[in-house]
Amino acid sequence: MANLKKIRVVISLIFFIPTSVLFLDFIGIIPLDLYDYILFLQFIPSAVEFIDAITLTSLGFLIILILVILFGRIYCSSICPIGTLQDIISNFSGRIKNHFFGWSKGLNWLRYTILIIAVFSIPFIGVFLIGLLDPFSNFGRIVTNLIRPLFILLNNLLALILESGNYYIIYPVDIKEISIAGIIFSVAIFLTLLLMSIKKGRLFCNTICPVGALLGLISRLSIFKIKINKDECDSCGMCETVCKAECINPDTKEIDFERCVICFNCIRDCPTTAINYYKESKEVNEKGNLFSKGRRKFIFDLYSLVGLLSGLSFAQVKIIPEKESTIVVNRLAAVTPPGSNNINHFTSTCTACHLCISVCPTQVLQPSILHYGLQGFLQPRMDYITNFCNYECVRCTEICPTGALEKLLPENKKLIQLGKSIFVKENCIVETEKKECGACSEHCPTKAVRMIPYENNLNIPEVKNEYCVGCGACEFACPTKPYKAIYIDGNPEHLKAEIPPDEIIEEEIDYKEEFPF
Amino acid sequence: MKRREFVYKGIQAGILTTASLTFGNIPNLLASTPQKYDLVAIKGGEPGSMFDKAMKSLGGMNAFVKKGDRVVVKPNIGWDVIPERAANTNPVLVKRIVEHCIESGASEVYVFDHTCDDWKRCYSNSGIERAVKEAGGKIVPGNSERYYQEVVVEKGKRLKESKVHELILECDVFINVPVLKSHSSADLTISMKNLMGIVWDRRFWHSNDLHQCIADFTSYRKPDLNVVDAYNIMMKNGPRGVSQSDVYMMKSQIISTDIVAADAAAAKLFGKEPENIEHIKMASDMNLGEIDLSKLNINRIIL
Repeated sequence: MANLKKIRVVISLIFFIPTSVLFLDFIGIIPLDLYDYILFLQFIPSAVEFIDAITLTSLGFLIILILVILFGRIYCSSICPIGTLQDIISNFSGRIKNHFFGWSKGLNWLRYTILIIAVFSIPFIGVFLIGLLDPFSNFGRIVTNLIRPLFILLNNLLALILESGNYYIIYPVDIKEISIAGIIFSVAIFLTLLLMSIKKGRLFCNTICPVGALLGLISRLSIFKIKINKDECDSCGMCETVCKAECINPDTKEIDFERCVICFNCIRDCPTTAINYYKESKEVNEKGNLFSKGRRKFIFDLYSLVGLLSGLSFAQVKIIPEKESTIVVNRLAAVTPPGSNNINHFTSTCTACHLCISVCPTQVLQPSILHYGLQGFLQPRMDYITNFCNYECVRCTEICPTGALEKLLPENKKLIQLGKSIFVKENCIVETEKKECGACSEHCPTKAVRMIPYENNLNIPEVKNEYCVGCGACEFACPTKPYKAIYIDGNPEHLKAEIPPDEIIEEEIDYKEEFPF
Repeated sequence: MKRREFVYKGIQAGILTTASLTFGNIPNLLASTPQKYDLVAIKGGEPGSMFDKAMKSLGGMNAFVKKGDRVVVKPNIGWDVIPERAANTNPVLVKRIVEHCIESGASEVYVFDHTCDDWKRCYSNSGIERAVKEAGGKIVPGNSERYYQEVVVEKGKRLKESKVHELILECDVFINVPVLKSHSSADLTISMKNLMGIVWDRRFWHSNDLHQCIADFTSYRKPDLNVVDAYNIMMKNGPRGVSQSDVYMMKSQIISTDIVAADAAAAKLFGKEPENIEHIKMASDMNLGEIDLSKLNINRIIL
């Protein structure tokens, strides 16, 4: 029994480290087919994918449910990355300053309220609330927005040092865009976690987290439970002080198993053998109070979270240039990533975990603010000011854990039109400067943007939208400021792009022919 | 230059560097074959063998690369496409050039490009990364602004300053290896246009008379050698190309120290008059090289 805790820690790290590495991998060395395996058991992404379209990879959450019925909140104990992150935080803070946990009644009403609101909001606002509260997605946002940049800076420093000695083994990575909204939200969640986990262990999991609330309810049915044998217990109170969930009542010698995240700390530290993890027997089965009263001071934390949600609408700062274009770009719809099919499907299934943002090699994927409306807050969008979508690349579609982005093969992706190219002649260099430019056409992978003859022997862009895939290369390359002369307007429903007709050059060449000079 | 020097000196602090002086360039008194030809045009062979033969008639790579030299070979690696699409310089040619440099005693041979598509995919899918490594050269990133140093383009009419990759500023020999292609903005892209891959802010060029900027920048640092890859050439839909049918096999190569002459010859090969390509004409007007091929001593080799 005493080894249960060690086993739990090992299992936690087996899930935690690879999951973190996926979000941190800014080089792109982790094979994309590993992502599904590593994230298979993440509860919310898997459940969202299941509701959207039942696939083999979406069955992970069912396995979690079975595990919970058998053993209690295994997910919270070892699989949830936010859970392990909190354990790491409280472990470190415990090393700096000894801290003892103590029994608290738990804010049952609050966590059930959050769970009910989050679940019943799905028909109306999709997974917006779920996504903001989901521990996996929050972990993804924290790592992507806060930790990953630190790793990149470290990498760049190392690259700089090596490069000065003429070694080009590692290379610097430029962070092309900083998402203020993503950072602020992640910082807020991270600080909440930090405070809660230092002071109150797994309070987040038992107050705010809808997964914790749901699995807690289900864990009432668990076959295996942690129990105190009142006869063997010598009332030392040790278990209470090491219980991260603060769910051991020393007076009644009972464990509120609904809140227990089966960390096994109590079993490890119990000087007797009173605490055990065993099969439920009928005589100790008692019904907990569904709506027990909570403490007011925790409401503050909830308020701070709500405040965050409402107060986030930051305009991103853009450089104002020396020579300005005049016509304002009026984009009717934001561009959703490839594989998202349509904007409704996307915003109702994306939990904004930012994994696609992490794997995107061009950084064209950036968290939205209100580009999709509030419902799409922090969900990724195609940001063609930052970069454009690589024509051959399908990385984001291969790793989406919720199925908001469906898997695409490169040849299929090339036939999907994410949006249409709109040319604003009044902003174009050829029109305003009467000089050649053609940057848009140069970058266009399908030549949907071509240069056609214009006055004074010049060439001006012409758009053939039937061939446009909406990759944004034209918009990114366009040098006009502050408004682009060519931009992509999103297709709310992705359309099919045509393949440009082939004209084969049939001229035969005679290699013995003289040079033309 | 300053940034690298700063770091370099920081790391080397306390270490005596005087020893390195003894390994500097020893004046090459022996192998100075007079350069007979201004330009070599060759056709009918494979990229590597054509380069071997053409270089022989220019006195070999030894005439350009001395022992201990640091060399930059700058191909076009702008696009994430396979070699058959000819949007990038032929990797076989790049490999051969790097080998020649190393055989001539180059201490380092760097290869990079400021790509348009995602640079890692370009390096890898163009086949150039592998070719360079196999030949013993160093493939170096050009994707980050931190590599680029502000320089003044003194003779520039429109382009007065630009940010240039630090390796170009530091190297002893600069070999420019463009691929001949049609180009939607510059009409043709050859040697001069290829230099857009060693600067950072290309958008400025596009919004400030592209042709003039191309010509202006040529005045800043002329490559020591230009090798125009015309083995497979993209006849239409350049510079990126849409499909294989844009490509036409021409099995040719043009080599010259004169960047304007190289471009003029390549334009003719493509079937265009160099005078009609605005930036070639502008460069000629700025006396950056010879546009009139009849004035040059050309070695024409047909295999």
